[in-house]
Amino acid sequence: MSAETLEKAIAKKPAEALFSKRRRKLVTDPLIDDNPITIQVLGICSALAVTTQMKPTLVMAISVIFVVAMSNFVISVMRNTIPSRVRIIVQLAVVATLVTLVSEVLKAFAYDMYKELSVFIGLIITNCIVMGRLEAFALGNKPYDSVLDGLGSALGYSWIILTVAFFRELWGSGSVFGLPIFEYVSSLFGPDFKLATNGLMVSPVGAFIILGLIIWVQRTKTGYVEH
Amino acid sequence: MQQSNTYVIVFSAVLTIILGLLLSGTSQVLGPMQQEAIALDKKKQILGAVISSAEIDAMTPEQVNEFYANRISSTVVDINGKEIASAEITAEKVDIAKLYKKPAEERQYPVFIFHAEGNLDEVESYIFPLYGAGLWDAIWGYLALETDMNTVGGITLAHAGETPGLGARITETGVQQRYVGKKVFDDSGDLVAVQMMKGEGKDYTGEEHKVDGMSGATITANGVNNMLKSYLSHYEAFIRSKSSSQAVAGL
Repeated sequence: MSAETLEKAIAKKPAEALFSKRRRKLVTDPLIDDNPITIQVLGICSALAVTTQMKPTLVMAISVIFVVAMSNFVISVMRNTIPSRVRIIVQLAVVATLVTLVSEVLKAFAYDMYKELSVFIGLIITNCIVMGRLEAFALGNKPYDSVLDGLGSALGYSWIILTVAFFRELWGSGSVFGLPIFEYVSSLFGPDFKLATNGLMVSPVGAFIILGLIIWVQRTKTGYVEH
Repeated sequence: MQQSNTYVIVFSAVLTIILGLLLSGTSQVLGPMQQEAIALDKKKQILGAVISSAEIDAMTPEQVNEFYANRISSTVVDINGKEIASAEITAEKVDIAKLYKKPAEERQYPVFIFHAEGNLDEVESYIFPLYGAGLWDAIWGYLALETDMNTVGGITLAHAGETPGLGARITETGVQQRYVGKKVFDDSGDLVAVQMMKGEGKDYTGEEHKVDGMSGATITANGVNNMLKSYLSHYEAFIRSKSSSQAVAGL
C-alpha cells in the first residue's frame, strides 16, 4: 500500500505549508500532464453532450468541481471507518447524494439550466472521474489533500469542456455565452457579408472533432505516448 | 479489524439514514422555490406560443409574471366546448399530464386567452395545451390559434427525454417557427391539423397543413403530429363555437 506509506511519511513532518510544492502539484498535474479527459480519457460522455453552449457547460463544470471536491473530502474524512467490502457502495451513496443536492439546488434557482442539463447532472454520478479519484486518492489520503486532488481533476475536466464549448458555440451558433459574435463581426464588413455557422459543431460529432484536435495539440507539445 | 458483518450493516444503516435525512431536508427547504420555478416555466411556455423566446428571455421573472397577469386570462372547457371553470377548477391548476390517462371525454381542457395590450376585451389568440408521447417519453406544448380559429399563431414544444440533437430539436425556435401561419382546418371545414413531414430541407411554404420535418427524428415528429391532431380534435367543439360566433359577429 504505497498510499498509506506516503501518508505516514507526510504525517511525520510537523507542518507542511498550505500550498507546498507537493500540494500545488496535486492541483496542477491533472490540468495538463494527467488530464482526466485528454490523457485518461474519462468523462467523455458529458464532455460531448453538454458542450454545445458555454452557459450550460459552465454550470456543468461548476457542478462537477463541487461534486468531485466534496465527495473526495467526505470519503477522505470517513476513510478509516469505511468497511472495505462495501466501499464502492458507500462511495456511490455519497456521490449520488451530492449530485442530487446539486440537482435540487439547480431546480430551485436555475430552472432553465436544470431543464437543459437534468440528465447530465444526474450522470455525474457515473462520471468515471469522480469514482476514479475516490478510489485512487481519497481512500488513502488526508481530507485537505483529497480536496486539492479533487479540485485539480475537476478543473482539468472543466477547462477542457469549456474550451470545447467555446469553439462549438462560436462555430456552431456564432456566439459566445449567447453574445452574437458572428453577427457583430459580419456587420463590420457591410450588410451583405454574413459569416456562416457550421451545423456539424452543434451535433456531438463536433465535440469529437474539437476534442480530437485538443488532444492532438496537447500530445504534440507534451510528447505523451500511450503505452 | 472493523470488518465484522455487524459493523458493515450498522455502518450502512447509519450512512443511509444520514444521507436520507440530508436529502429529504433539502427537498423540504427548496420545495416551495422549485414549485415557483416550475410555475414560472409553465407561464413562459404558454407565452412562448404568442411571443418570441428572445423576448421572454429578456424578461426578469417578475416581468414574466406581470406580463402574464396583464395579457393572459384563462378558462376551462369540457370535450363539448362548455365552460366548466370555477373557483376549484382553474386553468393553471389543471394537470394535463395526469388527465392524459383519463378517457378524452372525462378530461378538463384549459384554454388560455391572449389579450391585446391594455384591452381585456380584445382577444389576440387562443392558446391550447398539448400533450402526447414522443419517441422515448412525454412531449407537450402550447398551440396558439389566431382569432379566425384556423391560423396557427405560434407553438411551443417541450419534451422529457427526446434524443439531443434529433428529437429534442422540437424545442428549437427554428423548428417551432415552421408552424406559424399554417392552417388547422381545410377548405371544406374539416379538421386536418398540421403535419410535420418526413425528411428535412423541403419547402412547404405553399402547403397550408404541412411543415418541414426534422432529419433523424421522424418518430418524434409523428408524436407531435398525433398530439396536435388529438388535442385539436378534443378542443374542436370549443374552437368551432368560437369561430361560428365570430362569423355571426362578422355579418
